[in-house]
Amino acid sequence: MINLIKKSKFLIARRITQITIMFLYIAANIWGFNFLMGNLSSSKLLDTVPLSDPYAVLQMFTAGAVIASDVLIGAIIIFVFYMFIGGRAFCSWVCPVNMITDLSNYIRRKFGFNKILKRQPATRNIRYYVLVLSLILSFFMGYAAFEFVSPVSMVHRGLIFGLGFGWAAIVIIFLFDLFVLKNGWCGHICPIGGFYSLIGRFSLIRVHHNHENCTACMKCKEVCPESQVLFMVTKDSIPVTSGECTNCGRCVEVCDDEALNFSIKNLKKETK
Amino acid sequence: MSNNIPRKDQKMNRREFFLNGARALGLTALGGLVWSAYVDEVTAASLLLRPPGALDENDFLKTCIKCGMCVEACPYDTLQLAKPGDNMPLGTPYFIPRDIPCYMCPDIPCVPVCPTDALNEKLVTTKNKLDINKASMGVAVIDDNSCIAFWGIQCDACYRACPLLGEAITIEYTKNERTGKHAFLKPVVHADVCTGCGLCEKACVTQKAAIFVLPNEVAKGKAGDYYIKGWDKNDEKRLEKATSETTKTKISERKAVDSLNDLGGILDD
Repeated sequence: MINLIKKSKFLIARRITQITIMFLYIAANIWGFNFLMGNLSSSKLLDTVPLSDPYAVLQMFTAGAVIASDVLIGAIIIFVFYMFIGGRAFCSWVCPVNMITDLSNYIRRKFGFNKILKRQPATRNIRYYVLVLSLILSFFMGYAAFEFVSPVSMVHRGLIFGLGFGWAAIVIIFLFDLFVLKNGWCGHICPIGGFYSLIGRFSLIRVHHNHENCTACMKCKEVCPESQVLFMVTKDSIPVTSGECTNCGRCVEVCDDEALNFSIKNLKKETK
Repeated sequence: MSNNIPRKDQKMNRREFFLNGARALGLTALGGLVWSAYVDEVTAASLLLRPPGALDENDFLKTCIKCGMCVEACPYDTLQLAKPGDNMPLGTPYFIPRDIPCYMCPDIPCVPVCPTDALNEKLVTTKNKLDINKASMGVAVIDDNSCIAFWGIQCDACYRACPLLGEAITIEYTKNERTGKHAFLKPVVHADVCTGCGLCEKACVTQKAAIFVLPNEVAKGKAGDYYIKGWDKNDEKRLEKATSETTKTKISERKAVDSLNDLGGILDD
Protein backbone atom coordinates (compact mmCIF):
# COMPACT_ATOMS: atom_id res chain seq x y z
CA MET A 1 0.00 0.00 0.00
CA ILE A 2 2.74 2.42 1.00
CA ASN A 3 4.57 1.42 -2.10
CA LEU A 4 1.48 2.16 -4.22
CA ILE A 5 1.20 5.63 -2.71
CA LYS A 6 4.89 6.21 -3.28
CA LYS A 7 4.50 5.03 -6.85
CA SER A 8 1.73 7.55 -7.47
CA LYS A 9 2.77 10.49 -5.32
CA PHE A 10 2.53 12.99 -8.18
CA LEU A 11 -0.76 11.50 -9.37
CA ILE A 12 -2.23 11.92 -5.88
CA ALA A 13 -0.80 15.45 -5.58
CA ARG A 14 -2.29 16.36 -8.96
CA ARG A 15 -5.73 15.02 -8.09
CA ILE A 16 -5.62 16.94 -4.81
CA THR A 17 -4.65 20.16 -6.64
CA GLN A 18 -7.29 19.73 -9.35
CA ILE A 19 -10.06 18.90 -6.91
CA THR A 20 -9.05 21.61 -4.42
CA ILE A 21 -9.10 24.30 -7.11
CA MET A 22 -12.52 23.23 -8.37
CA PHE A 23 -13.76 22.97 -4.77
CA LEU A 24 -12.61 26.52 -3.97
CA TYR A 25 -14.49 27.85 -7.01
CA ILE A 26 -17.62 25.92 -6.04
CA ALA A 27 -17.32 27.09 -2.40
CA ALA A 28 -17.13 30.70 -3.60
CA ASN A 29 -20.30 30.29 -5.63
CA ILE A 30 -22.36 28.31 -3.14
CA TRP A 31 -21.23 29.53 0.29
CA GLY A 32 -19.61 32.84 -0.60
CA PHE A 33 -16.23 31.60 0.65
CA ASN A 34 -14.31 34.04 -1.52
CA PHE A 35 -10.80 32.59 -1.54
CA LEU A 36 -10.93 31.91 -5.27
CA MET A 37 -13.86 33.41 -7.20
CA GLY A 38 -14.96 32.94 -10.79
CA ASN A 39 -13.81 30.00 -12.90
CA LEU A 40 -10.82 28.94 -14.98
CA SER A 41 -11.61 31.56 -17.66
CA SER A 42 -11.12 34.39 -15.20
CA SER A 43 -10.95 34.48 -11.44
CA LYS A 44 -10.02 36.55 -8.47
CA LEU A 45 -7.71 35.25 -5.76
CA LEU A 46 -8.31 36.55 -2.21
CA ASP A 47 -10.58 39.25 -3.65
CA THR A 48 -7.54 41.11 -5.03
CA VAL A 49 -5.31 39.24 -7.50
CA PRO A 50 -6.92 38.83 -10.95
CA LEU A 51 -6.14 35.63 -12.85
CA SER A 52 -7.26 35.12 -16.44
CA ASP A 53 -6.90 32.56 -19.20
CA PRO A 54 -4.36 34.16 -21.59
CA TYR A 55 -5.65 32.13 -24.55
CA ALA A 56 -9.21 33.39 -23.99
CA VAL A 57 -7.92 36.96 -23.71
CA LEU A 58 -5.90 36.50 -26.92
CA GLN A 59 -9.08 35.39 -28.72
CA MET A 60 -10.99 38.37 -27.32
CA PHE A 61 -8.23 40.67 -28.52
CA THR A 62 -8.31 39.11 -31.99
CA ALA A 63 -12.09 39.46 -32.01
CA GLY A 64 -11.65 43.21 -31.50
CA ALA A 65 -12.79 43.55 -27.89
CA VAL A 66 -11.46 46.33 -25.69
CA ILE A 67 -9.29 44.52 -23.12
CA ALA A 68 -9.85 45.87 -19.61
CA SER A 69 -6.84 46.23 -17.30
CA ASP A 70 -8.05 43.61 -14.77
CA VAL A 71 -8.27 40.85 -17.29
CA LEU A 72 -5.03 41.89 -18.98
CA ILE A 73 -3.06 41.82 -15.72
CA GLY A 74 -4.67 38.47 -14.89
CA ALA A 75 -3.67 37.03 -18.25
CA ILE A 76 -0.09 38.27 -17.89
CA ILE A 77 0.24 36.70 -14.42
CA ILE A 78 -0.92 33.31 -15.70
CA PHE A 79 1.15 33.61 -18.90
CA VAL A 80 4.35 34.45 -17.00
CA PHE A 81 3.77 31.71 -14.43
CA TYR A 82 3.42 28.92 -16.98
CA MET A 83 6.05 30.32 -19.30
CA PHE A 84 8.83 30.57 -16.73
CA ILE A 85 7.84 28.15 -13.99
CA GLY A 86 5.11 25.61 -14.62
CA GLY A 87 5.43 24.78 -18.31
CA ARG A 88 2.30 23.02 -19.54
CA ALA A 89 1.35 22.18 -15.96
CA PHE A 90 -2.15 23.65 -16.40
CA CYS A 91 -3.17 20.56 -18.34
CA SER A 92 -2.16 18.00 -15.73
CA TRP A 93 -2.42 19.91 -12.45
CA VAL A 94 -5.42 22.22 -12.93
CA CYS A 95 -7.71 21.29 -15.82
CA PRO A 96 -10.60 19.05 -14.69
CA VAL A 97 -10.86 17.46 -18.16
CA ASN A 98 -7.52 15.80 -17.40
CA MET A 99 -9.32 13.50 -14.96
CA ILE A 100 -11.71 12.36 -17.70
CA THR A 101 -9.01 11.67 -20.27
CA ASP A 102 -6.77 10.00 -17.68
CA LEU A 103 -9.64 7.64 -16.91
CA SER A 104 -9.98 6.77 -20.61
CA ASN A 105 -6.27 6.20 -20.74
CA TYR A 106 -6.31 4.02 -17.65
CA ILE A 107 -9.02 1.80 -19.14
CA ARG A 108 -7.11 1.63 -22.42
CA ARG A 109 -4.00 0.43 -20.59
CA LYS A 110 -5.86 -2.06 -18.38
CA PHE A 111 -7.64 -3.65 -21.30
CA GLY A 112 -4.59 -3.54 -23.54
CA PHE A 113 -6.20 -1.40 -26.27
CA ASN A 114 -2.86 0.14 -27.02
CA LYS A 115 -1.20 -3.19 -27.70
CA ILE A 116 -3.81 -4.17 -30.28
CA LEU A 117 -3.84 -0.85 -32.11
CA LYS A 118 -0.34 0.51 -31.93
CA ARG A 119 -0.29 3.30 -34.45
CA GLN A 120 -2.46 6.34 -33.84
CA PRO A 121 -4.05 7.60 -37.04
CA ALA A 122 -3.76 11.33 -36.36
CA THR A 123 -1.00 13.85 -35.87
CA ARG A 124 -0.52 15.64 -32.58
CA ASN A 125 -0.12 18.88 -34.52
CA ILE A 126 -3.92 19.18 -34.98
CA ARG A 127 -3.98 21.30 -31.81
CA TYR A 128 -1.82 23.95 -33.46
CA TYR A 129 -4.12 24.02 -36.50
CA VAL A 130 -7.11 24.39 -34.16
CA LEU A 131 -5.26 27.15 -32.29
CA VAL A 132 -4.57 29.14 -35.47
CA LEU A 133 -8.06 28.46 -36.78
CA SER A 134 -9.65 29.72 -33.55
CA LEU A 135 -7.78 33.01 -33.90
CA ILE A 136 -8.72 33.38 -37.59
CA LEU A 137 -12.39 32.68 -36.78
CA SER A 138 -12.31 35.08 -33.82
CA PHE A 139 -10.96 37.78 -36.10
CA PHE A 140 -13.55 37.32 -38.81
CA MET A 141 -16.57 36.60 -36.63
CA GLY A 142 -15.85 39.15 -33.92
CA TYR A 143 -16.37 36.60 -31.14
CA ALA A 144 -13.91 34.56 -29.10
CA ALA A 145 -14.56 31.50 -31.27
CA PHE A 146 -13.19 28.68 -29.13
CA GLU A 147 -14.85 29.98 -25.96
CA PHE A 148 -18.28 29.27 -27.45
CA VAL A 149 -17.48 25.63 -28.23
CA SER A 150 -14.85 24.75 -25.62
CA PRO A 151 -15.76 21.54 -23.80
CA VAL A 152 -13.09 22.45 -21.24
CA SER A 153 -14.99 25.60 -20.29
CA MET A 154 -18.28 23.69 -20.40
CA VAL A 155 -16.89 21.28 -17.83
CA HIS A 156 -15.29 23.69 -15.34
CA ARG A 157 -18.04 26.28 -15.73
CA GLY A 158 -20.63 23.54 -15.48
CA LEU A 159 -19.16 22.10 -12.29
CA ILE A 160 -19.31 25.53 -10.65
CA PHE A 161 -22.46 27.13 -12.10
CA GLY A 162 -24.59 24.20 -13.25
CA LEU A 163 -23.88 21.61 -15.90
CA GLY A 164 -27.03 21.53 -18.07
CA PHE A 165 -26.30 19.34 -21.07
CA GLY A 166 -22.60 19.80 -20.33
CA TRP A 167 -22.46 16.18 -19.17
CA ALA A 168 -22.61 15.33 -22.87
CA ALA A 169 -19.28 17.08 -23.37
CA ILE A 170 -17.79 14.90 -20.64
CA VAL A 171 -19.16 11.71 -22.21
CA ILE A 172 -18.06 12.74 -25.70
CA ILE A 173 -14.48 13.38 -24.60
CA PHE A 174 -14.42 10.17 -22.56
CA LEU A 175 -15.69 8.00 -25.42
CA PHE A 176 -13.53 9.76 -28.00
CA ASP A 177 -10.38 9.16 -25.98
CA LEU A 178 -11.39 5.62 -25.12
CA PHE A 179 -12.44 4.32 -28.53
CA VAL A 180 -11.33 6.74 -31.25
CA LEU A 181 -7.94 8.14 -30.45
CA LYS A 182 -5.46 7.58 -27.63
CA ASN A 183 -4.92 10.90 -25.84
CA GLY A 184 -7.32 12.27 -28.43
CA TRP A 185 -8.59 15.41 -26.75
CA CYS A 186 -5.72 16.53 -24.50
CA GLY A 187 -2.90 15.26 -26.70
CA HIS A 188 -4.19 16.01 -30.19
CA ILE A 189 -7.03 18.52 -30.44
CA CYS A 190 -7.30 20.86 -27.44
CA PRO A 191 -5.91 24.28 -28.47
CA ILE A 192 -5.48 25.28 -24.83
CA GLY A 193 -2.92 22.48 -24.59
CA GLY A 194 -1.43 23.73 -27.85
CA PHE A 195 -1.20 27.24 -26.46
CA TYR A 196 0.53 26.12 -23.26
CA SER A 197 2.81 23.82 -25.30
CA LEU A 198 4.05 26.84 -27.21
CA ILE A 199 4.70 29.04 -24.18
CA GLY A 200 5.70 26.15 -21.87
CA ARG A 201 8.90 25.25 -23.67
CA PHE A 202 10.83 27.92 -21.78
CA SER A 203 9.81 26.86 -18.30
CA LEU A 204 12.35 26.07 -15.60
CA ILE A 205 10.76 22.94 -14.14
CA ARG A 206 11.74 19.99 -16.31
CA VAL A 207 11.89 16.22 -16.24
CA HIS A 208 15.50 15.11 -16.57
CA HIS A 209 16.58 11.75 -17.96
CA ASN A 210 19.68 9.92 -16.81
CA HIS A 211 20.34 7.15 -19.33
CA GLU A 212 22.98 5.36 -17.25
CA ASN A 213 20.27 4.34 -14.76
CA CYS A 214 17.75 3.43 -17.44
CA THR A 215 16.98 -0.27 -17.86
CA ALA A 216 14.76 0.29 -20.91
CA CYS A 217 11.64 -1.10 -19.21
CA MET A 218 9.58 1.50 -21.11
CA LYS A 219 7.11 1.94 -18.27
CA CYS A 220 7.52 5.70 -18.64
CA LYS A 221 6.63 5.72 -22.33
CA GLU A 222 3.61 3.53 -21.72
CA VAL A 223 2.20 5.85 -19.10
CA CYS A 224 3.16 9.20 -20.66
CA PRO A 225 0.24 11.09 -22.27
CA GLU A 226 2.67 12.84 -24.64
CA SER A 227 5.11 9.97 -25.15
CA GLN A 228 6.86 11.66 -28.09
CA VAL A 229 8.55 14.05 -25.62
CA LEU A 230 10.41 11.10 -24.05
CA PHE A 231 12.32 10.30 -27.27
CA MET A 232 15.64 10.43 -25.36
CA VAL A 233 14.77 7.61 -22.98
CA THR A 234 17.48 4.88 -23.07
CA LYS A 235 19.58 7.08 -25.36
CA ASP A 236 20.69 10.43 -23.93
CA SER A 237 20.99 12.10 -20.56
CA ILE A 238 19.16 15.30 -21.41
CA PRO A 239 16.13 17.08 -19.98
CA VAL A 240 12.74 16.89 -21.65
CA THR A 241 12.67 20.24 -23.41
CA SER A 242 9.49 19.92 -25.48
CA GLY A 243 6.72 22.24 -24.36
CA GLU A 244 4.26 19.41 -24.99
CA CYS A 245 5.38 17.74 -21.74
CA THR A 246 2.67 18.49 -19.17
CA ASN A 247 4.99 18.07 -16.14
CA CYS A 248 2.54 15.52 -14.77
CA GLY A 249 5.36 13.49 -13.25
CA ARG A 250 3.88 10.10 -14.18
CA CYS A 251 7.14 9.01 -15.80
CA VAL A 252 9.12 10.04 -12.70
CA GLU A 253 6.97 8.03 -10.32
CA VAL A 254 6.65 4.86 -12.42
CA CYS A 255 10.42 4.68 -13.01
CA ASP A 256 11.95 1.96 -10.81
CA ASP A 257 15.53 2.91 -11.60
CA GLU A 258 15.86 6.60 -10.71
CA ALA A 259 16.39 7.38 -14.39
CA LEU A 260 13.83 10.19 -14.50
CA ASN A 261 13.58 13.11 -12.10
CA PHE A 262 12.25 16.62 -11.86
CA SER A 263 14.91 19.31 -11.98
CA ILE A 264 15.32 23.01 -12.47
CA LYS A 265 16.52 23.60 -16.01
CA ASN A 266 19.42 26.03 -15.59
CA LEU A 267 20.75 24.72 -12.27
CA LYS A 268 21.16 21.32 -13.85
CA LYS A 269 23.24 22.77 -16.64
CA GLU A 270 25.63 24.43 -14.20
CA THR A 271 26.23 21.32 -12.12
CA LYS A 272 26.88 19.23 -15.19
CA MET B 1 20.58 12.81 -51.28
CA SER B 2 17.64 12.99 -53.61
CA ASN B 3 19.79 11.43 -56.31
CA ASN B 4 19.82 8.13 -54.45
CA ILE B 5 16.06 7.83 -54.40
CA PRO B 6 14.60 6.13 -57.48
CA ARG B 7 12.66 8.43 -59.76
CA LYS B 8 9.41 6.61 -59.17
CA ASP B 9 9.68 6.99 -55.39
CA GLN B 10 10.53 10.64 -55.78
CA LYS B 11 7.35 11.11 -57.74
CA MET B 12 5.34 9.28 -55.08
CA ASN B 13 6.89 11.40 -52.37
CA ARG B 14 5.95 14.53 -54.19
CA ARG B 15 2.41 13.26 -54.70
CA GLU B 16 2.14 12.32 -51.07
CA PHE B 17 3.39 15.76 -50.07
CA PHE B 18 0.77 17.52 -52.19
CA LEU B 19 -1.98 15.18 -51.08
CA ASN B 20 -1.12 15.71 -47.43
CA GLY B 21 -1.00 19.47 -47.93
CA ALA B 22 -4.38 19.45 -49.68
CA ARG B 23 -5.88 17.25 -46.96
CA ALA B 24 -4.65 19.52 -44.18
CA LEU B 25 -6.00 22.57 -46.00
CA GLY B 26 -9.31 20.90 -46.81
CA LEU B 27 -9.87 19.61 -43.30
CA THR B 28 -9.00 23.01 -41.85
CA ALA B 29 -11.55 24.64 -44.16
CA LEU B 30 -14.14 22.01 -43.27
CA GLY B 31 -13.54 22.44 -39.55
CA GLY B 32 -13.56 26.22 -39.88
CA LEU B 33 -16.88 26.29 -41.72
CA VAL B 34 -18.66 23.93 -39.34
CA TRP B 35 -17.22 25.75 -36.36
CA SER B 36 -18.16 29.24 -37.59
CA ALA B 37 -21.67 28.10 -38.54
CA TYR B 38 -22.12 26.75 -35.02
CA VAL B 39 -20.79 29.90 -33.34
CA ASP B 40 -23.01 32.03 -35.58
CA GLU B 41 -26.00 29.95 -34.58
CA VAL B 42 -25.38 30.03 -30.81
CA THR B 43 -24.68 33.77 -30.69
CA ALA B 44 -27.89 34.62 -32.55
CA ALA B 45 -30.31 34.36 -29.59
CA SER B 46 -31.92 37.78 -29.21
CA LEU B 47 -34.57 37.17 -26.56
CA LEU B 48 -32.45 37.34 -23.44
CA LEU B 49 -31.96 39.91 -20.72
CA ARG B 50 -28.47 40.91 -19.64
CA PRO B 51 -27.37 42.19 -16.21
CA PRO B 52 -27.35 45.98 -15.62
CA GLY B 53 -24.57 47.95 -17.29
CA ALA B 54 -24.09 45.42 -20.10
CA LEU B 55 -22.56 46.66 -23.35
CA ASP B 56 -24.49 46.32 -26.64
CA GLU B 57 -25.23 42.68 -27.31
CA ASN B 58 -22.55 42.48 -30.00
CA ASP B 59 -19.82 44.06 -27.89
CA PHE B 60 -21.01 42.11 -24.89
CA LEU B 61 -20.55 38.77 -26.65
CA LYS B 62 -17.10 39.91 -27.74
CA THR B 63 -15.99 41.07 -24.30
CA CYS B 64 -17.62 38.73 -21.76
CA ILE B 65 -15.09 36.08 -20.65
CA LYS B 66 -17.84 33.92 -19.08
CA CYS B 67 -16.27 33.78 -15.62
CA GLY B 68 -19.54 34.07 -13.68
CA MET B 69 -18.24 36.65 -11.22
CA CYS B 70 -21.47 38.70 -11.69
CA VAL B 71 -23.51 35.58 -10.92
CA GLU B 72 -21.61 35.11 -7.66
CA ALA B 73 -21.96 38.78 -6.74
CA CYS B 74 -25.77 38.84 -7.15
CA PRO B 75 -27.34 38.53 -3.66
CA TYR B 76 -30.71 37.37 -5.04
CA ASP B 77 -29.44 34.59 -7.36
CA THR B 78 -31.09 36.49 -10.20
CA LEU B 79 -28.30 35.92 -12.69
CA GLN B 80 -27.33 32.62 -14.21
CA LEU B 81 -24.80 31.51 -16.81
CA ALA B 82 -26.20 29.97 -19.99
CA LYS B 83 -25.70 26.21 -19.87
CA PRO B 84 -25.60 23.86 -22.84
CA GLY B 85 -29.28 23.19 -23.54
CA ASP B 86 -30.48 26.67 -22.53
CA ASN B 87 -30.29 27.78 -26.19
CA MET B 88 -28.55 31.02 -25.25
CA PRO B 89 -25.00 32.18 -26.00
CA LEU B 90 -23.05 29.62 -23.98
CA GLY B 91 -21.61 30.71 -20.65
CA THR B 92 -22.91 34.29 -20.73
CA PRO B 93 -25.01 35.74 -17.88
CA TYR B 94 -28.76 36.38 -18.20
CA PHE B 95 -31.87 36.45 -16.06
CA ILE B 96 -35.51 35.41 -16.32
CA PRO B 97 -37.61 38.04 -14.48
CA ARG B 98 -40.67 35.82 -13.99
CA ASP B 99 -38.44 33.46 -11.95
CA ILE B 100 -36.20 36.00 -10.19
CA PRO B 101 -36.22 39.65 -11.31
CA CYS B 102 -33.42 42.17 -10.79
CA TYR B 103 -34.01 43.76 -7.37
CA MET B 104 -32.06 46.91 -8.31
CA CYS B 105 -29.42 46.98 -5.54
CA PRO B 106 -28.21 50.59 -5.10
CA ASP B 107 -24.55 49.42 -4.96
CA ILE B 108 -24.99 47.19 -8.06
CA PRO B 109 -22.63 44.42 -6.83
CA CYS B 110 -22.70 42.56 -10.16
CA VAL B 111 -21.10 45.36 -12.20
CA PRO B 112 -17.80 46.37 -10.51
CA VAL B 113 -16.69 42.71 -10.21
CA CYS B 114 -16.67 42.24 -13.99
CA PRO B 115 -13.00 41.80 -14.96
CA THR B 116 -13.52 42.61 -18.64
CA ASP B 117 -15.86 45.63 -18.32
CA ALA B 118 -18.46 43.80 -20.38
CA LEU B 119 -20.63 45.04 -17.53
CA ASN B 120 -19.48 48.62 -17.60
CA GLU B 121 -19.64 50.90 -14.59
CA LYS B 122 -19.80 53.96 -16.83
CA LEU B 123 -23.16 52.86 -18.19
CA VAL B 124 -24.70 52.88 -14.69
CA THR B 125 -23.00 55.95 -13.23
CA THR B 126 -24.31 59.48 -12.81
CA LYS B 127 -22.08 62.16 -11.30
CA ASN B 128 -19.41 59.61 -10.25
CA LYS B 129 -21.92 57.60 -8.27
CA LEU B 130 -23.36 54.23 -9.20
CA ASP B 131 -26.97 54.71 -10.17
CA ILE B 132 -29.06 51.59 -10.79
CA ASN B 133 -31.92 53.69 -12.18
CA LYS B 134 -29.75 54.34 -15.22
CA ALA B 135 -29.69 50.63 -16.05
CA SER B 136 -31.27 49.64 -19.32
CA MET B 137 -31.69 45.89 -19.28
CA GLY B 138 -34.84 45.92 -21.37
CA VAL B 139 -38.29 47.48 -21.41
CA ALA B 140 -41.62 46.27 -20.02
CA VAL B 141 -44.39 45.67 -22.53
CA ILE B 142 -48.10 45.15 -21.75
CA ASP B 143 -50.42 42.77 -23.57
CA ASP B 144 -53.67 44.70 -23.05
CA ASN B 145 -55.79 41.73 -24.07
CA SER B 146 -54.70 39.64 -21.12
CA CYS B 147 -54.12 42.48 -18.62
CA ILE B 148 -57.15 42.38 -16.34
CA ALA B 149 -56.87 46.13 -15.60
CA PHE B 150 -57.80 46.68 -19.23
CA TRP B 151 -60.90 44.52 -18.68
CA GLY B 152 -62.05 46.87 -15.96
CA ILE B 153 -60.98 44.73 -12.99
CA GLN B 154 -59.05 46.75 -10.48
CA CYS B 155 -55.42 45.64 -10.36
CA ASP B 156 -52.30 47.74 -9.93
CA ALA B 157 -49.84 44.99 -8.97
CA CYS B 158 -47.26 46.03 -11.57
CA TYR B 159 -47.60 49.70 -10.71
CA ARG B 160 -47.02 48.95 -7.03
CA ALA B 161 -44.09 46.60 -7.73
CA CYS B 162 -42.22 49.09 -9.91
CA PRO B 163 -39.09 50.45 -8.15
CA LEU B 164 -39.57 53.68 -10.09
CA LEU B 165 -43.13 54.03 -8.83
CA GLY B 166 -45.10 56.58 -10.77
CA GLU B 167 -42.28 57.18 -13.23
CA ALA B 168 -41.72 54.00 -15.23
CA ILE B 169 -45.34 52.87 -14.89
CA THR B 170 -48.22 55.30 -14.43
CA ILE B 171 -51.95 54.64 -14.18
CA GLU B 172 -54.22 56.14 -16.77
CA TYR B 173 -57.89 56.67 -15.82
CA THR B 174 -60.52 56.28 -18.50
CA LYS B 175 -64.25 55.80 -18.37
CA ASN B 176 -65.68 52.30 -18.56
CA GLU B 177 -68.42 52.68 -21.18
CA ARG B 178 -69.67 49.12 -20.59
CA THR B 179 -70.91 49.75 -17.06
CA GLY B 180 -71.26 53.48 -17.48
CA LYS B 181 -70.23 54.19 -13.91
CA HIS B 182 -66.78 52.65 -13.37
CA ALA B 183 -63.26 53.61 -14.39
CA PHE B 184 -60.47 51.69 -16.08
CA LEU B 185 -57.18 52.01 -14.22
CA LYS B 186 -54.80 51.16 -17.03
CA PRO B 187 -51.07 50.77 -16.47
CA VAL B 188 -48.84 52.61 -18.97
CA VAL B 189 -45.11 51.91 -19.30
CA HIS B 190 -42.78 54.81 -20.02
CA ALA B 191 -40.03 53.19 -22.03
CA ASP B 192 -37.55 56.03 -21.55
CA VAL B 193 -37.60 55.52 -17.75
CA CYS B 194 -38.16 51.75 -17.50
CA THR B 195 -34.97 49.87 -16.59
CA GLY B 196 -36.23 46.40 -17.48
CA CYS B 197 -35.73 45.01 -13.97
CA GLY B 198 -38.80 42.80 -14.34
CA LEU B 199 -40.29 43.34 -10.86
CA CYS B 200 -43.60 44.08 -12.62
CA GLU B 201 -43.42 40.84 -14.58
CA LYS B 202 -42.77 38.95 -11.35
CA ALA B 203 -45.70 40.69 -9.63
CA CYS B 204 -48.24 40.25 -12.44
CA VAL B 205 -51.23 38.23 -11.25
CA THR B 206 -52.27 36.64 -14.54
CA GLN B 207 -51.39 33.02 -15.29
CA LYS B 208 -48.75 34.06 -17.80
CA ALA B 209 -47.53 37.57 -17.15
CA ALA B 210 -49.49 40.22 -19.10
CA ILE B 211 -46.63 42.67 -18.53
CA PHE B 212 -43.20 41.34 -19.46
CA VAL B 213 -39.73 42.60 -20.18
CA LEU B 214 -38.28 42.43 -23.68
CA PRO B 215 -34.71 43.32 -24.66
CA ASN B 216 -34.36 46.90 -25.92
CA GLU B 217 -33.40 45.84 -29.44
CA VAL B 218 -36.57 43.78 -29.71
CA ALA B 219 -39.07 46.14 -28.09
CA LYS B 220 -37.92 49.55 -29.29
CA GLY B 221 -38.23 51.17 -32.71
CA LYS B 222 -36.09 53.98 -34.06
CA ALA B 223 -37.37 57.19 -35.65
CA GLY B 224 -34.12 57.88 -37.46
CA ASP B 225 -32.17 61.14 -37.37
CA TYR B 226 -34.20 62.75 -40.18
CA TYR B 227 -37.10 63.49 -37.81
CA ILE B 228 -36.65 66.41 -35.44
CA LYS B 229 -38.98 67.52 -32.67
CA GLY B 230 -39.39 71.17 -33.62
CA TRP B 231 -40.97 72.00 -30.26
CA ASP B 232 -38.01 70.64 -28.31
CA LYS B 233 -35.15 73.17 -28.06
CA ASN B 234 -32.52 70.51 -27.39
CA ASP B 235 -33.64 68.32 -30.24
CA GLU B 236 -33.79 71.29 -32.58
CA LYS B 237 -30.11 72.01 -31.91
CA ARG B 238 -29.37 69.05 -34.14
CA LEU B 239 -30.45 71.26 -37.05
CA GLU B 240 -27.47 73.56 -36.50
CA LYS B 241 -25.05 70.87 -37.56
CA ALA B 242 -27.28 69.60 -40.34
CA THR B 243 -26.01 69.70 -43.89
CA SER B 244 -28.33 69.84 -46.85
CA GLU B 245 -28.07 67.82 -49.96
CA THR B 246 -29.80 68.75 -53.20
CA THR B 247 -30.66 66.00 -55.60
CA LYS B 248 -31.86 66.45 -59.15
CA THR B 249 -34.04 64.14 -61.16
CA LYS B 250 -34.49 64.78 -64.86
CA ILE B 251 -38.08 65.85 -65.58
CA SER B 252 -39.79 63.72 -68.17
CA GLU B 253 -40.50 65.56 -71.43
CA ARG B 254 -43.76 63.73 -72.02
CA LYS B 255 -47.09 65.13 -70.89
CA ALA B 256 -48.88 63.53 -67.98
CA VAL B 257 -51.79 62.45 -70.19
CA ASP B 258 -49.44 60.63 -72.58
CA SER B 259 -47.88 58.81 -69.74
CA LEU B 260 -51.27 57.74 -68.34
CA ASN B 261 -52.54 56.54 -71.71
CA ASP B 262 -49.38 54.62 -72.50
CA LEU B 263 -50.32 51.01 -72.13
CA GLY B 264 -46.95 49.78 -73.27
CA GLY B 265 -48.38 48.48 -76.55
CA ILE B 266 -50.49 45.72 -74.95
CA LEU B 267 -53.59 46.74 -76.98
CA ASP B 268 -51.74 46.84 -80.31
CA ASP B 269 -52.80 43.37 -81.35
